[in-house]
Amino acid sequence: MRKILLENLIRGRLTEPAPAASEAALAELAGRLERSAQRRLGRSLSIREVDAGSCNGCELEIHALNNVFYDLERFGIRFVASPRHADVLMVTGPVTHNMREALERTWRATPDPKWVVAVGDCAVDGGVFGASYACVGPVAAVVPVDLHIPGCPPTPQAMLEGLLALLETSAKG
Amino acid sequence: MTTMSALADLLAAGRRVAGHRPWPRIEIDRADWERATALLGDGTLALSGLWGDAGAVHMAVATPAFDALAVVTLACPDGTFPSVGRVHAPAIRLERAAADLFGLVSIDAPDPRPWLDHGRFPTPPLGRSDFRADARRPYVFLPVEGEGLHQIPVGPVHAGIIEPGHFRFTANGETVVRLEQRLGYVHKGIDALMSGATLERAARLAGRVSGDSTVAYAIAFAHAVEAALGDEAPPRAQALRAVMAELERIANHLGDIGAVCNDASFSLMHAHCGVLRERVLRAAASCFGHRLMMDRVVPGGVATDLAAAGAATLRALLAEIGARFPELVAIYDGTASLQDRTVGTGIVGRDLVMHFAAGGHVGRASGRAIDVRRTPGYPPYDRLAFDVPVLESGDVDARVLIRMREIEASRGLIARLLDDLPAGPVARTLDSAGGGEGLALAEAFRGDVLVWVRIEPGGRVARAFLRDASWFQWPLLEAAIEGNIVADFPLCNKSFNCSYSGHDL
Repeated sequence: MRKILLENLIRGRLTEPAPAASEAALAELAGRLERSAQRRLGRSLSIREVDAGSCNGCELEIHALNNVFYDLERFGIRFVASPRHADVLMVTGPVTHNMREALERTWRATPDPKWVVAVGDCAVDGGVFGASYACVGPVAAVVPVDLHIPGCPPTPQAMLEGLLALLETSAKG
Repeated sequence: MTTMSALADLLAAGRRVAGHRPWPRIEIDRADWERATALLGDGTLALSGLWGDAGAVHMAVATPAFDALAVVTLACPDGTFPSVGRVHAPAIRLERAAADLFGLVSIDAPDPRPWLDHGRFPTPPLGRSDFRADARRPYVFLPVEGEGLHQIPVGPVHAGIIEPGHFRFTANGETVVRLEQRLGYVHKGIDALMSGATLERAARLAGRVSGDSTVAYAIAFAHAVEAALGDEAPPRAQALRAVMAELERIANHLGDIGAVCNDASFSLMHAHCGVLRERVLRAAASCFGHRLMMDRVVPGGVATDLAAAGAATLRALLAEIGARFPELVAIYDGTASLQDRTVGTGIVGRDLVMHFAAGGHVGRASGRAIDVRRTPGYPPYDRLAFDVPVLESGDVDARVLIRMREIEASRGLIARLLDDLPAGPVARTLDSAGGGEGLALAEAFRGDVLVWVRIEPGGRVARAFLRDASWFQWPLLEAAIEGNIVADFPLCNKSFNCSYSGHDL
């Protein structure tokens, strides 16, 4: 184990430069955030992830945000275990009827000010599952959504760009 | 009576349905259905799937070695059939699902509670004209009685970035006395979405039953469609499918090995496995155009050919894993504090994995030497020799070790597939004019995926059933945690890594 730790010191770092905040996300977020909220949050965001019916593809890529290449925590963004500690809900899936109440209760448990990011095509518009008896459809049909990040699943890069836009917008004020 | 002759005997009793490939489908009567049930109960046959249809119930049965399969069908004009779960527990949840989705009632079922239907659908699933009345009532968990017991309800929203499900722990102090799972939260109605879908749309749906196994599902679905239509993919497509399937296996095992160690607070392994996993996904994106390789396997072949530069990228990836991964294995083996958490934790006995015909690392860590790539086998694996690791101890450690050895085996497989990549086209147009029925098994990273499909003349899907390996693994997780401490549940759970979405459909 010592060898691998030493190697890490020598072998340059794998973490990649931060991408620019997504223009589309900035445009969507502009005007959505209240000044009071912006001041209170500064440049730090805590995220609670909610799978509301996803196939698990989006979760895999959200996980990747924590690997050393994307290293989300360097931006002050981190995933937390409870909605009560969260500023942001990242919601995936075509919100199934069986998950609707759990999503609503998670949203209510998240203190204000809060944002909801709908991650993935299913969360944006229901995706391939939209027409089912078992699905409500887009996340916005259940809780108010501040930012949409499409993709099936969105790449970690795309999610990073969206989250950085959220951070940028929330830091102004 | 041997298992082979028992199966042959059963098949001789019924009427063979024309156009079901490659294994037979037999319509049988109630008495023979009960006979099949008894053969499952005494271990002569293994259950590989049970699903509803309009006015009928189907069951996929196999010899325990999986060298022969068949589908048996019982017409249910009155909407009932004799319960299989009554004598063969692995059928219980599948029967509950068939009741929820098709209104088929299994007579004398040991557990008549709803499963996927939480009483929340605004309109009935599939062809049902009614709801199960009891689905609207509060769900009753199994009773637990005794002094000093307390319950810990967990989920459906969990603390980590994972899928939703509910776990009801009953504990005595730190020791888990019973775990009861409640699933179905991510039920998306895939069976209904499949019915009437074009093959193209159905393949996209199949690839999203469980996102982590998108390649394996796409392969199983493509094989079932190709079998139904009496065709097969060109050799180059078959080889490329296997390259993608093995990349998917490596990526998932890397993620899970890291996550198991992380659940024991050993984050170094998590970080390093995460690096290798990301390398695999990036290579996949560069070679096949999608990090998870979604929609790359299609009925008739593959959607993306591999360029010469892509093959070089994959070889470089294999070299990096070959250079780095053995170090990580050595760290795992040599870290006593980590072994302390994984060795002897969450043991599943051989009898249980045999009874449930549990696939993947869950079965193979407990002595069930079945890998459907080898038996019954499918191209291109039928012409390749590869290691199928099997252990006996059945604990978290064994499931981690199996995954480590499978990464090595997959690395070898990809190298040989690349060395020997056939030339020629990567897809062929399937003639769907006649329709047909097909059954296929494919080995996903967590075990065998079964796909059954009926295609209408003209090419639309009439009915499809996709059975994840998790159906026969989830119940074993309940057994694995019994007598262990609550804090070891994340380790047990991650060492299984059952699919919620794949199970909930």
